[in-house]
Amino acid sequence: MRSFSNTYIFVFSLIMVTIVAVLLSFVSTQLKPRQEMNVQIEKKQDVLRSVGRAEDAAEADDKNAYINEEFGKYITESYVVDFNGNRVEADAFEIMLGLTAEIRKAREERNYPVFVYSENGGPKKYVVPVRGKGLWGPIWGYIALEEDLNTISGAVFDHKAETPGLGSDINTGWFQEPFTGKTIFNEQGEFVSVEVVKGGADPSNIHQVDAISGGTITSKALEEMIMDCMTGYVAHFKELANN
Amino acid sequence: MSTEKEPLFSSKNLKLLSEPLGKSNPITVQVLGICSALAVTVKLKPSIVLALSVLVVMAVSNVAISLLRKMVPPRIRIIVQLVVIATMVILVDQVLKAYAYDVSKQLSVFVGLIITNCIIMGRLEAFALANRPWPAFLDGLGNAAGYGVILILVAFVRELLGSGTLLDMQVIPQAFYDAGYVNNGMMILPPMALVVVGVIIWVQRARRKELIED
Repeated sequence: MRSFSNTYIFVFSLIMVTIVAVLLSFVSTQLKPRQEMNVQIEKKQDVLRSVGRAEDAAEADDKNAYINEEFGKYITESYVVDFNGNRVEADAFEIMLGLTAEIRKAREERNYPVFVYSENGGPKKYVVPVRGKGLWGPIWGYIALEEDLNTISGAVFDHKAETPGLGSDINTGWFQEPFTGKTIFNEQGEFVSVEVVKGGADPSNIHQVDAISGGTITSKALEEMIMDCMTGYVAHFKELANN
Repeated sequence: MSTEKEPLFSSKNLKLLSEPLGKSNPITVQVLGICSALAVTVKLKPSIVLALSVLVVMAVSNVAISLLRKMVPPRIRIIVQLVVIATMVILVDQVLKAYAYDVSKQLSVFVGLIITNCIIMGRLEAFALANRPWPAFLDGLGNAAGYGVILILVAFVRELLGSGTLLDMQVIPQAFYDAGYVNNGMMILPPMALVVVGVIIWVQRARRKELIED
């Protein structure tokens, strides 16, 4: 076997890593716009799904165009509020893209994006994004409220790396559908959020849904996520509901 | 190394392609790459994409290492192999994120984990470092295909029995469910992949006596 000098090894490594670095950064910059667009389309689709739209996006010939069109058509208004319910000059979509950074701030300092859905001027629905930490990685979701700003009209959740078959089920219909029709304020008008109950929720309780057996930590994390993110909207919702 | 020119598809070269599919299959015979075989095989689609990704990574890395084989200092050869594999994996991951976003979400960490797939490192170390690019390429294709075939086979069984679908399309008719048929929830969990792999190994060894160790 040929022997190689130390100098050769150093030079070889240097050249190798340089070539690799140049190649990877080139590809990364080339593909970045497409990847970012994919992320935006996904978020728009999630917002639409929470109000029961764009379920058939996978069948569309041009999915991106379809989502953009639906989003433009049905999401009639979007704005940002602060913890006290005052409007903030900011782009709701931008804030939503950076929501992971947003939830690291104290609740009082966050910006809260709201998306308003309306079909042909019909009743409005309010979609708010939620973000949190699951067992293995981030979890997130979108909650749509009816015009009374109390009843949940739909919810979608997803996750990055929850346990397959257990915690990962938060992105399935059987877990998400029970959220529909639950209310987030109690009779006294206090914010109680939705409780995720281990061992089966009482069907008559309008503030509870079933947790996932075997996925307790993810279920609890999801409950906390909704509580944490929705609390910031309470001031705004009360104000809206009173007008 | 032989000096005379070999035909591109000599029987020796073809063997490189066909053997990993059967008697030296990386999963069922060498029992390599089990980890990802257990993890992604709940559904067919991610399995097929992962199999293709591994195919690309493996063929290209094998060729790259084979081209470099006389230049790579033996003392840092493992690092060089890792750099080549890691580069390929990142490229595949980036391309998936740009062009097959939904699938890349499903595969999530597993594309990254191709880096640690024992089959690839194993073939680079055992074959590509000592052979010319063309045989190395065939060896890469063959082993990746052997891996992919098992992956897809396991995913087929698991998706069919676990979810009643294939490629997310319902194949078990509603009438079955009405008659009391239930999807086997166990199939969705990783341990059942191990059982399915075990059954495949059993069938294979029962048919090929030479694979049976004492």
